[in-house]
Amino acid sequence: MDGELSVSALSRSYAMSFAAVQKHVAVLDRAGLVTKHRHGRQQLVRTELAAVLAAQTMLNEFEVVWRARIDRFTNVLATPNEGAGP
Amino acid sequence: MTVTAVEQDLGQLTMSIVTELDVPVARAWQLWADPRQLERWWGPPTYPATFVNHELTYGGRCDYFMTGPEGEQPRGWWRILAVDAPNSLELEDGFADEHGEPNDELPVMTMRLDLTERAGGGTTMTIVTRFRSVEEMQRILAMGMEEGMTAAVNQIEDILAG
Repeated sequence: MDGELSVSALSRSYAMSFAAVQKHVAVLDRAGLVTKHRHGRQQLVRTELAAVLAAQTMLNEFEVVWRARIDRFTNVLATPNEGAGP
Repeated sequence: MTVTAVEQDLGQLTMSIVTELDVPVARAWQLWADPRQLERWWGPPTYPATFVNHELTYGGRCDYFMTGPEGEQPRGWWRILAVDAPNSLELEDGFADEHGEPNDELPVMTMRLDLTERAGGGTTMTIVTRFRSVEEMQRILAMGMEEGMTAAVNQIEDILAG
């Protein structure tokens, strides 16, 4: 995952069109997971390894939050409706 | 009633969580549509949520605050992007300033809920949360919106500093 790859090289290794790779790269760039550089006529893409690791750690953390939330959700379902709801 | 699947998509910064519930769709929907029932599970016991405004209509706003152990009351809002009661709901969830007004400089998450009837009874609840960037995810955690989210903050800062 380290180092830089050109969009053309990525397009060859994944058998995808140049435009399709560019589209994926744009999404990853917006997310902060890769950065783009120009080198002459080549467009290079670098994986931001720290950002990828951080994103993974954070998604795990949000998973913990949601699991706890769903535990509470099911507890509310299991108890009689005390609310004055619809 | 159990969580049956969790999928994380690193490239899209999304997480989806699927739960099988032993109740009809209409009952599960009540826990989202009735603010008094929603308050009983949205925030953790140490950080309960209070919804002061709750309008599940297209373009509608919900405003809530959470009450922390020290009495602090961070405010949040939902903006309803789509609703099809009792089956689906899509919203933006963000932070508000001290007057409860949305602050565009603060992070926003998108959440989609789907409740589908399962053959043989019961409901499948799918929740997909989407973040806009790694940087915003980090800020959400750092703001300590919820007690459970703050534990990883130092760990993440170490990774990013590494």
